[in-house]
Amino acid sequence: MAGKIQYEYKDDNLVKSEPNKYVEEELKSTEVVINLGPQHPSTHGVLRLEVLAEGELIKDIVPHLGYLHRCFEKHAESLPYNQIIPYVDRMDYLAAMNSEHAYAMGVEKMLGIQDKIPKRVEFIRVLVAELNRMSSHFVAIGTYAMDIGAFTPFFWMMRDREHIQRLLEWVSGARMLYNYIWIGGLFYDLPVGFEERCMEFVRYFKPKLKELEEIVIQNKIFIERTANVGVLSRDVAINYGVTGPMLRASGLRLDLRKVDGYSVYPELDFDIPIGEGKMGAVGDCWDRTYVRVLEVHESIKIIEQCLHRLKTDHKRTREFNPQEVVPKKVRPKSGDFYVRAENPKGELGFFFRSDGRSDIPFRCKARACSFVNLSVIPELGKGNLIADLVAILGSIDIVLGEVDR
Amino acid sequence: MQLEDIIKILENKLDKTSFLTIDEQSSPTALIVPDTDLRSVCQVLFEDSKLYFDMLSCISGIDNGVEANTFEVAYNLYSIPFDFQLMLKVILDRENAKIDTISDIWKTANWHERETYDLFGITFEGHPDLRRILLPADWEGYPLRKDYKHQEYYRGIKVEY
Amino acid sequence: MGLLDKQFNSGGVMITKVDDFINWARLSSMWPMTFGLACCAIEFMTAGTPIYDLDRFGIVPFASPRRSDVMIVAGTVTFKMGDRLRRLYEQMPEPRYVISMGSCANCGGPYWEHGYHVVKGVDRIIPVDVYVPGCPPRPEALIGGFLKLQEKIRSESRMAPKALEKMMSEKA
Repeated sequence: MAGKIQYEYKDDNLVKSEPNKYVEEELKSTEVVINLGPQHPSTHGVLRLEVLAEGELIKDIVPHLGYLHRCFEKHAESLPYNQIIPYVDRMDYLAAMNSEHAYAMGVEKMLGIQDKIPKRVEFIRVLVAELNRMSSHFVAIGTYAMDIGAFTPFFWMMRDREHIQRLLEWVSGARMLYNYIWIGGLFYDLPVGFEERCMEFVRYFKPKLKELEEIVIQNKIFIERTANVGVLSRDVAINYGVTGPMLRASGLRLDLRKVDGYSVYPELDFDIPIGEGKMGAVGDCWDRTYVRVLEVHESIKIIEQCLHRLKTDHKRTREFNPQEVVPKKVRPKSGDFYVRAENPKGELGFFFRSDGRSDIPFRCKARACSFVNLSVIPELGKGNLIADLVAILGSIDIVLGEVDR
Repeated sequence: MQLEDIIKILENKLDKTSFLTIDEQSSPTALIVPDTDLRSVCQVLFEDSKLYFDMLSCISGIDNGVEANTFEVAYNLYSIPFDFQLMLKVILDRENAKIDTISDIWKTANWHERETYDLFGITFEGHPDLRRILLPADWEGYPLRKDYKHQEYYRGIKVEY
Repeated sequence: MGLLDKQFNSGGVMITKVDDFINWARLSSMWPMTFGLACCAIEFMTAGTPIYDLDRFGIVPFASPRRSDVMIVAGTVTFKMGDRLRRLYEQMPEPRYVISMGSCANCGGPYWEHGYHVVKGVDRIIPVDVYVPGCPPRPEALIGGFLKLQEKIRSESRMAPKALEKMMSEKA
C-alpha cells in the first residue's frame, strides 16, 4: 500500500518556500533572529514566529502562516451548501458545533427560512454549541497552564473535556467533528436520557471549576507569570479587529450573542464577563484567561436553562422531526451575504455570494476569528521578554486550522 | 443610522455627488464605490463621529470569471457604538487589478489584504508588506481565480491525487 | 515479559536472545515526538491524558526530534509543511518509525479532490510504518496503531541484518 517517495530534497527548499523577513547580514551586532516553530509545543500547532530580539527583549515578531492551509474556500466553491458543513467543522476543530451553528444560520438566512426553524431544534443547537464552547475553553485554559509550566491543570481540563466529548458523541456519533447541525435542522433528535445525563455532568463539573479557579487562576506563580504581561488596550484591539474573549478582556462588553441576538439567545439569561484588571492592567494575559473561566460559568447557566426548557416547554414528542424544514435543494437567491456569530474565540463570519442558479456557492469566505486575533501579536509582543512570548501567544488561544483555513 | 444618511455625509465630506450606488440585493446593504474613491470613503467612514465605523470585519476578494473579466473586493465594516453593519464593494479590472490599501486605517486590513493578494493576485498599493501569507513563496498561480489550474508537481510531489 | 518473574528463582539470571532483549527494551519505551498538525493532534493529546493514558505503554511524548523514536504525523500535511516534515524526520536518530494518523496523512482525506495545497498522503514524503484510519481516529485507534508498531518492532532483528543474509545466500 505504501506509495513511492516522490519528495526531491534540495538544500534551499526551506528558504525558498518561506524566506525570513529579516536577513542575518543586515542585522546589528546586538540583534538576533530566533525561530519559534513550526514544530514547537507552545505554538499550539504549526505556526512559525520569526522573532527579532535584542538581548532578551523582543523588537519585532513576524508570524509565518499557511502550514495548515487546507483550501477551505476552494472546497466551498466546488461543493453544494450542505456538503460544506464537514469542512466548516475542520476549520475550528475545537469548536465544531459553534462553527456549524454559524454556517447553518447563515445559509438559513440566505434561504429566508430562519423563522421557520422549530424552537426545540434551536434549543438543542444552543445546548450543544454551549457544551462545545466549554470544551474549547477547557483546552484553552489547560494548554495555557501547560505553557506557563503547570502540567496538572491540563490533565484536569482534558479529563473534564472527555465527559463533554462523550456526551456529544452520544448525540452525533463523532467525538470531535460532528456534522450534527444541518441547514434547516439537525441530524437527529437528542438521544433519550440525554437531558438527565447532561444535568449530571453539570452537577459534577461545578465544584471542579471552583477548584480550578482556586488552584490555577488564583495561584501566585500563575499570576506572576501572566498579570501585566501582554497588555492589549481597547482601542488597539478594536483597530486590529480583535473579537471574542480577547476583546472582552480588554474591557469592551461586546458579545454577538447579545448584540445580534441570534437563535434563542434573547430568551436566555446570561451575563457577558469582561476583564476588570483585578491582578494588573486591564487586558493582560491573566484577564484573558479569567474571562474564559467566567464564560464557562455563563455557559453552564445557559446549558441549565436550555435543559430546563427542553424538558418543559419543548418536550420530546413522537411527532417531532428535526429534519422537517431541511430543504431538499439549497438554492438561495442571488446576492452577497455576510453573516456572523459568536464563536469561543471570537466573531466567526461567513461571506457568501450566490448566483441564484446553482446549489454551489459562487464564493464563500470565512472570516476566521483566530486569524484576526493572531494578527495583533507583533503589537503585543514588542518590548516584552522572550520568556513572556509563550505566555502571550497562549493567551490568544489560536487554532491553526482556523488561522490557515 | 440609515444608509441614506451615510451617503449624504460621504457626499458632503468628499464634495462629490451620486458617485455611490446602492446594491439592494446584499445583506447587509452594500455600497458600490469607485475604486479611486475607496480610500477617501474609508477615511471618512472611520473618522466621522456620526458614522464611527471603528471595526473592519472582513475583506473578501471575488473573481467574477473570465467572461465578466472583473474582480470584486468586498469590505465588511461594523460600527460598534451604533451597531450598524455596512458592506462596501469595489469592482476592479481583471487584467490589471490594483487598489489602494486601507491597512493604515484599520490594522485588520493588513493580513486580509495579504490573503486576498495571495489567493487572487489583487495588488494593494501602498501596503507595507505585501507577500504571500498562506501559500509558499514559490507557489505558481493564484488559486481562487476561476481559471486556476494547479501546478503538476511541487518539490517532485504530484499535486493531484 | 511474563518470563521475568519465573526466572527470579534461578538467582535472577535470565537467558534470552539479544534480539529479543533489545527489541523488548525498544518497544516498551517508544518516545513519540510531540508534533501536532491538525485535528488529529487533539486526539493525540487526549490519548496522553489520564483516561487513555499512553504512559502505561511507556509512550511519553517528547518535544525534540533528536531524542524521539516515533514520529506521529497527526493531521493534514501541506506542501509548505512537507519540507519541514522531511527535515524533522531526517533529524531523528535511527531506528525511527512513522505512524501516519488520520485520513489526511494517509491519503489526503476529505481534501483529496480540491485541496491544491494538501499532500495526498504523507508516504510521498517519508516512509510510513503504520497507518491509522479515521477522521480523526479515536485515541483507542491510535493506541491500536502503537500496538501494531510494537508487533513490528518485536519481529525485527538488529543482530543479523536481513540484507546481509540475503547477500550471503546469493553468493553461496
